[in-house]
Amino acid sequence: MVKDQEYLEKKASYCLDLAKKLGATGSSVNVGNSISETVNFRNKKLDESNRSDNLGIDITTFIGKKKSSISSSNLLEDNLNILIEKCIETTKNTPEDEFNSLPDKDLLAQEVKDFNLYDDTHLENDSKAGYLTRLEAAASMDKKIVNTESSFVENKSNFILANSDGFCKGFKSSSFVASSVAVAKDDKSMERDYEYTHKCHFNDIKNAEELGKKAAEHTLRKLSPKKIGSEKITIIFDKRIAKGILSTFASAISASAISRGTSFLKDKINQKIFSDTVNIFDKPDIFKGQASRSFDSEGVRTDTLKLVEQGVLKNYLIDTYSGRKLNLKSNGRCGGTSNLYFENGKISYKDLINSSSKCLYITETIGHGSNIVTGDYSVGATGFLIENGEFKHPINEITIAGNFKDMFQNLTLANDLEFEYSTNSPTMMIEGMVVAGK
Amino acid sequence: MSNFFDKSDLNRNEAETIVSDTLKKCDDGELYLENSKSESILLDDNKIKKSSYNSDLGFGFRAVSGEIVAYSHSNEISKNSLKQSSENLKSTLKSAKGNYDYSIPKSNKKYYTNINPIEEKTLNSKIEILNKVNEYLRKKDNNVKQVTANFSGEQKSVEIIRSGGETLTDVRPLVRFNVSVMLEKNGRKESGVYGIGGRQSYDDYLTNDNWKNVCDEAFRIASVNLDSKPAPAGEMKVVLGPGWPAILIHEAIGHGLEGDFNRKKTSAFHNLMGQKVASEGVTIIDDGTLDNRRGSLTIDDEGTPTEKTVLIENGILKNFMQDRLNARLMKTRSTGSGRRENYRHIVLPRMRNTMMLSGKQTQDEMIKSVDRGIFAVSFGGGQVDITSGKFVFNCTEAYEIINGKIGSPIKGATLIGDGPSILKEVSMVGNDMMLDPGIGTCGKAGQGVPVGVAQPSILINKMTVGGTNL
Repeated sequence: MVKDQEYLEKKASYCLDLAKKLGATGSSVNVGNSISETVNFRNKKLDESNRSDNLGIDITTFIGKKKSSISSSNLLEDNLNILIEKCIETTKNTPEDEFNSLPDKDLLAQEVKDFNLYDDTHLENDSKAGYLTRLEAAASMDKKIVNTESSFVENKSNFILANSDGFCKGFKSSSFVASSVAVAKDDKSMERDYEYTHKCHFNDIKNAEELGKKAAEHTLRKLSPKKIGSEKITIIFDKRIAKGILSTFASAISASAISRGTSFLKDKINQKIFSDTVNIFDKPDIFKGQASRSFDSEGVRTDTLKLVEQGVLKNYLIDTYSGRKLNLKSNGRCGGTSNLYFENGKISYKDLINSSSKCLYITETIGHGSNIVTGDYSVGATGFLIENGEFKHPINEITIAGNFKDMFQNLTLANDLEFEYSTNSPTMMIEGMVVAGK
Repeated sequence: MSNFFDKSDLNRNEAETIVSDTLKKCDDGELYLENSKSESILLDDNKIKKSSYNSDLGFGFRAVSGEIVAYSHSNEISKNSLKQSSENLKSTLKSAKGNYDYSIPKSNKKYYTNINPIEEKTLNSKIEILNKVNEYLRKKDNNVKQVTANFSGEQKSVEIIRSGGETLTDVRPLVRFNVSVMLEKNGRKESGVYGIGGRQSYDDYLTNDNWKNVCDEAFRIASVNLDSKPAPAGEMKVVLGPGWPAILIHEAIGHGLEGDFNRKKTSAFHNLMGQKVASEGVTIIDDGTLDNRRGSLTIDDEGTPTEKTVLIENGILKNFMQDRLNARLMKTRSTGSGRRENYRHIVLPRMRNTMMLSGKQTQDEMIKSVDRGIFAVSFGGGQVDITSGKFVFNCTEAYEIINGKIGSPIKGATLIGDGPSILKEVSMVGNDMMLDPGIGTCGKAGQGVPVGVAQPSILINKMTVGGTNL
């Protein structure tokens, strides 16, 4: 069982009291516990079981405008005493920073709303193994599938965030994650692909057979890929890649990157950065939403933000420190976005695929090719060649490149949004990118 | 050295008894105890943005039977907690039966000293250097718009208790000093990053104002990039500079030679042992025994002393990198490559310092031989798809080569290639092997571990450059 609220509150208030006694003028504590149990299968047999019990505490102390922090996994009082003493000592020796402070009291969350994020269901490892047995049977139906791996993770966590201004709140959450990876082989090639499901409630995850079947399908269609020539081309991003592009956008509008001047979207507030039809929301109050929450990692209340409206950038993601530098109030985004998504576009998936005579459909990218300082984007990719709406053949060993500033302006979304993960996107088309191949 | 049982209701004898009892029917396993202390001091935007300290304590208990691994970890080193973990392992391995008795080889060699780098230098003196870095770079050039510099240091004590009470210990220091600078000229922004580090004290890297060299290098890279033009797109010849670009070897070849992927036959190399996988003259080793290097280890995380493992010798595939589990299942021995990020993770076969050894040619000869291509001097990160063998890495400093001469710098582009065939495309190996500056972290299965790389300059006949200029 994860530690209960009472245990965590006791630890938090012990730390706040001690920090105050030792001379802190302000402090905050986050103490949490998470327990997860994992079962992994490989080629239809048990491969690994893993139980992990993680305790952790983060403490930040302020003396005026000086700040320092410590973290530990050892919650014994002896150890906490040593660490808090060390933290105070370090704080005294750290130079002042005028922007350091706890969040404004009037912005702190007043209540923890119940978004139904916790499911008490506990699966014995044998049941997890049962799920994976069914999954792998479905994944290995085709003879060309030479290897399957799958995993089932059940996680329960609880935390308390408290600060010396009287904030003390937290909540329990759970997650159930199942994934399936398949490797397929023919005379010319060996390929792998995957599918996964991730939900707060056990009853909401995809069924095992469907998951295994999808992973196998994704893999089989990649066999015998060809390399194509270099050219300027329209690219369609599968949802799983499109959501990554949305995450990159989010990191480029974090107040931290903006205030440091290290984002290609600096000074673009109220300017049109996307094509007209694009709307982006960050919505923290979705029922059973994987990233739903009432407050951010500083305790600041989080409300829904419309980040982009008809292509125009409306909000940054603001935490207390960077907000003070920019002269803006925190909007409860310390630690990043909550449930982030592109609103549906106007065009169906089918019409999107049919909209150009030749394009690439990208299902996987590799490499860390997004530069948020310049907006340059260049990654390795695999996917399919589409001609006149028809999937012709798989492609690999190519790169795709562009600059986000142009890519965002040339972006069209389909109307097939689903709320599967914490960040979600419909299928995305971007015109005028460069593919490098032969 | 940490005494893990000091403040616990569990004493060493009891722990040994639980370990032996839990593992008695298994092939392998151990109790891994870890106590790490780490610090991070960050200067950013003209201020000390962060000074933090972390202390992490915990154990990971592993039991292995056949191909099955059962693992349980916790932060609480107590009788209850260890017993609960033992129950978890036993319930997974209900019908365990194993008889692997390959004992851990003994060695007295140590590749770093038992120091705590965090305590060797005061906080104030570290803050002072960071402030000097900031001042130095901002004075150096009006185009400097942002400076980030940080120290991070760690001391990790590990203890491995095996069935029967055999105990192995190691204390591992690790430091890193990093500088990142952003320049802005005519509305254009570019950044440059450089760092140094290894398993020594900070002072070993910072004597004689050596921090200035780190600043100069970060500044130089950013300046080069300010003048860069769009990179070409398409297949062409690539000359790689010596040192850090060996990250290509790490991604393209290294991961594919790790034991687990080959036992599972998911690596493109799994059936190529003894065969020619690289051009003649290409020799690649993975070495855990270099003094004070970032990727070095006295013992690995199963207790096996590390070694120098020849992976490819003169083009022929000789060895995979093994931990005990994969070595047993592949009927070979561990190469001391069993590593984990920390006690929260299971052991996997991993790289240490992966190096391509020097050949005979000069970098000049390589450049002169290229009509149209690029010269890549430094890289950011890379990644590989083990199964298809395709790998990428991102240039952070590169130039075009036209008619045998180095031309303009080009923008950061991704290079993509095919792991199993890339080494056959190496047509020249330089005489200038260099170690990287000590900055690499390798990610695998969600676990990051410090690694090193080294190589001489090499000429690759054909790679795809992912620029935008057609």
